[in-house]
Amino acid sequence: MSTETVEITCIACPVGCDVSIDVEDGEIQSIEGNTCPRGAEYAKEEYRNPTRILPTTARVTGGVLPRVPVKSAQPMPKPKLEDAMVEIAAVEVEAPVELGDVIVENVCDTGVDIVATRDLPAAEDGPKAVE
Amino acid sequence: MTETEAEAIESTQSAAAAESAIRREEHDLVVVGGGPAGLAAAQEAYDHGVDDIVILERDFELGGILQQCIHNGFGLHYFDEELTGPEYAQEFIENVAERGVDIRLNTMVEEVTDEKLVYAVSEDDGLTEIDAEAVVLAMGCRERTREALDIPGDRPAGVFSAGTAQRYINMEGKMPGEKAVILGSGDIGLIMARRMYLEGADVEAVLEILPYTGGLTRNVVQCLEDFDIPLRTQQTITEIYGDERVEGVTVQEVDDDFEPIPGTEYDIECDTVLLSVGLIPENELSEGAGVDMHPVTGGPVVDDGRETSVDDIYACGNVLHVHDLVDWVTEESMIAGRSVAKQLQGDIEVREEPIEIESTGAVSYVVPERISNVDDDREELPLYLRVYAPMDEVFVTVESGDEQLAREFERRAEPGEMITVDLDTEALEDLPENRLTVDVVPKEEI
Amino acid sequence: MNASTDVIVIGGGVIGTAIARELSQYTVDVVLLEAAPDVCTGTSKANTALLHAGFNADPAKLKGRLNVRGNELYHERIQHELDVPIEWRGALVVATEESERPKLQSLLEKGRDNGIEDLEIVEGERLQDLEPTLHDDAIAALWAPTAGLVNPFELTAAFANNAVENGASVELNAEVTDITETGDTFRVETVTGDIEADVVINAAGLYADEVSAMVGVDDFEITPRRGEYYLYDKKMDVDVQRTIFPVPSEVSKGIVVTPTDEGNVMIGPNAEEVGDPTEKATTREGLDEVLAGAQKTVPDLSKDDVIREFAGLRPAIKETGDFRIQIEREEPGFINAAGIQSPGLASAPAIAEYVADLVADLRGDLTEDPTFDPHYSGPPKVRHLSHAEHAALIEEDPDYGQIICRCESVTEGEIRDAINQPVGARTINAIKRRVRPGAGRCQGGFCQPRVVEILAEELGVDETEIKLEDDGSEVLIGETKELLLAENGEEVRADD
Repeated sequence: MSTETVEITCIACPVGCDVSIDVEDGEIQSIEGNTCPRGAEYAKEEYRNPTRILPTTARVTGGVLPRVPVKSAQPMPKPKLEDAMVEIAAVEVEAPVELGDVIVENVCDTGVDIVATRDLPAAEDGPKAVE
Repeated sequence: MTETEAEAIESTQSAAAAESAIRREEHDLVVVGGGPAGLAAAQEAYDHGVDDIVILERDFELGGILQQCIHNGFGLHYFDEELTGPEYAQEFIENVAERGVDIRLNTMVEEVTDEKLVYAVSEDDGLTEIDAEAVVLAMGCRERTREALDIPGDRPAGVFSAGTAQRYINMEGKMPGEKAVILGSGDIGLIMARRMYLEGADVEAVLEILPYTGGLTRNVVQCLEDFDIPLRTQQTITEIYGDERVEGVTVQEVDDDFEPIPGTEYDIECDTVLLSVGLIPENELSEGAGVDMHPVTGGPVVDDGRETSVDDIYACGNVLHVHDLVDWVTEESMIAGRSVAKQLQGDIEVREEPIEIESTGAVSYVVPERISNVDDDREELPLYLRVYAPMDEVFVTVESGDEQLAREFERRAEPGEMITVDLDTEALEDLPENRLTVDVVPKEEI
Repeated sequence: MNASTDVIVIGGGVIGTAIARELSQYTVDVVLLEAAPDVCTGTSKANTALLHAGFNADPAKLKGRLNVRGNELYHERIQHELDVPIEWRGALVVATEESERPKLQSLLEKGRDNGIEDLEIVEGERLQDLEPTLHDDAIAALWAPTAGLVNPFELTAAFANNAVENGASVELNAEVTDITETGDTFRVETVTGDIEADVVINAAGLYADEVSAMVGVDDFEITPRRGEYYLYDKKMDVDVQRTIFPVPSEVSKGIVVTPTDEGNVMIGPNAEEVGDPTEKATTREGLDEVLAGAQKTVPDLSKDDVIREFAGLRPAIKETGDFRIQIEREEPGFINAAGIQSPGLASAPAIAEYVADLVADLRGDLTEDPTFDPHYSGPPKVRHLSHAEHAALIEEDPDYGQIICRCESVTEGEIRDAINQPVGARTINAIKRRVRPGAGRCQGGFCQPRVVEILAEELGVDETEIKLEDDGSEVLIGETKELLLAENGEEVRADD
């Protein structure tokens, strides 16, 4: 039988309670330190399956900028963030790009797509920063 | 100007010819700045009946600083969903475009006069003098520099404000360095720590001179703790060294007066220093127009409609006071947009005597600073305020004489987070005195 | 680089460039060699920027005589010939204690002996009128209306550009590694090639002793003396009109408070000997000393509104405390222009004139070049133009309508001009010195990415090659994604 205590800072609101979870054989036994039910809910989820939105950029050719901002369309597993960065780094898309365009499908087999978060016009269509 | 310079100009252009090179236009409303503040003000003014609006934007596109803030966390209050900066911006960019607002990009405003003459320059249009009925100042803010912190040492390459590094990385696709120390744990510093880390750089530490972070808890968790980036509070950089490129920094612990403690020095090797040490409203144009400035916010003093001390010149967004969330910038700028629209249509009812709003105790400032209009359309009037230091379990109170107009509970008040208190406008009609006092009171004292 | 020339000037500071320009009015071929990627990167870029009147000059010393002559030349020639900001704001030496009065009197007499005009002792209302920001304790001052201030960056660039317009050449990135004698010429070896000349002039500033030793003249040593400064925002409330000196004591010249040509206020320098000519770091102690010293005459100054702190090194020869400007070797000729500490900037045109005389001595004579044009104009300064003037300028060239630096109102046109000058800017700081983007209150936070972009485009290089100053000072290390792909190369290829 293995027991452990996991410390989690709740981010459900600005108070930032330090929540501790007692775990026995992977089963949550008790949750302490939260001052509201949202804290317990957050801590449970953060322990079982921590997920994050991944915001980054992808390379673009022929655009008004050489990068387009992208994000994971849904929260993705936290342990996969760094692998996803590498996969996105290898991609190059062509302008124009539209907000919502899928840049990487099913990144790192997470089932989550990486999508553009803005319109990026092609250089000859759009304005330029410095001529 | 030197004599030779003067001669050169005279020789190339006669005074009369020079005069004719200025384009002259007249418009109802000129909005200076096409970031979130300017966009929301223009949109709201249009929707309240102003159709002759010009937005002057110095960058090559609209959206302002949001375009480089590619992280998520925007819009939870206004859109009720979590957006990235560019997504948030695009909503408003599309809105002003649909409304046919006259948008001038790559255009810098050189001067705004108290007569509401706006001088703007661009490559395409040359120098334009716009005679405006009303002006909304929405220039945003800029970052404090190394100099504001008075950090001695060498002056090598590799010292960036966090925002400059953010533009390089997120928009230009360039890396400013690969081993960074970040000074300042405000949200931009935290966000940039994660950004540098995820792009493959090492982030050695985030240093904070205060005993607590200036950023949101969620950013401490998701930007630092997720990647084991250390946050060191009550520490600061006391020297930057390196001949051509940054080679490292000397860090010291500080006492309660922020003075470095001798003997606590240690060095961190790095090639990059990012400074995230505060934002300053960008008010050169406002000062040029002669508006009264607020000593704490660094922005203009405004009334409930966001009108400055100069008639028909309004201000909103970070040029007025630095906001924590863009949602509040939008809300405030819409107030300004609606108010300027009413003003332009002669539809505004001014109080005989404005109600002055004072901040006391732990409240560092309140915006607006006065209520000068009677606004029947509006049931609630939001006051934005900040506190000097973190406090747990407090009530924000608004009083006039011995009458309490509002009281709101905050589980935690932090200098980094703006607090909003909504006033019931009906309650403003029969005040004991023409003055409101805003205070923050610990729960147990109530 | 040409394999031979008549005269080589080593060092592209204000002294070397002034000498090159002076010689360019004669029919001699001149090549200036500068180790750095730009002129004006050593002592000339970090000093108090003053054109001293010369009242404190010791006429027994070379620097005393050249200071007085230099000030005359700025009045009579330089300000009319070169498009460089020079302002005759005048200087005050301020006494705050009765015991300092006799010193004012002795400075007055010394100044009159040196032929300085219009010196007087002022006090009371007249003193307050001249400088309202002075300390209440200010009881009297020596008033020297012929003292001035100059923009040393623009001055050095103007000297260099005008020299090139008149046929001289300026070789940047050309660090001198050795000098050897080949019969009747010196062969100067540089990192980019060798060049021979009949006459070599050493204006290598902090490195003048090393260069001199290359020809065997090693009987002097340059001691770098560090001075630290604070520079204030233009919009600071403390409005300083004149250059303000405290009364010098036996141990210290005291801290100067002065306006700059652009309307900033600057304070400094302290004086500390350092062993190394690269030791340009500011220090906590030094900066605190500077502020405390400045507050003695202008108590309203604080750390508020500081936009820049910096340190400069003065190349002093301790043994003599004087300039060393003399013919060291004949046939081939070697002239030292060494030990040019304060008042070097004020003396620069006089030093150039003096060195030209030495060159004439060595060569028998110098023949004037009838095509010499002493006039030089830099780029327009949009920030100083009226709206109408600016509008007209944009009609000529739309690049003057694109403002890149908002703090100093610098346009893309001015930046391109700086890059395309005869001695063009090749670095971010070189552009800043010539036309000021990044010199304002945000210190380049806003404009630096744009300046990098323009510079890369004009030079036809990648942005990651753009440097702040010297080699190794590139501001960007590469593109985003490169680090990730390099660290994970195999994984990425496997995924492809």
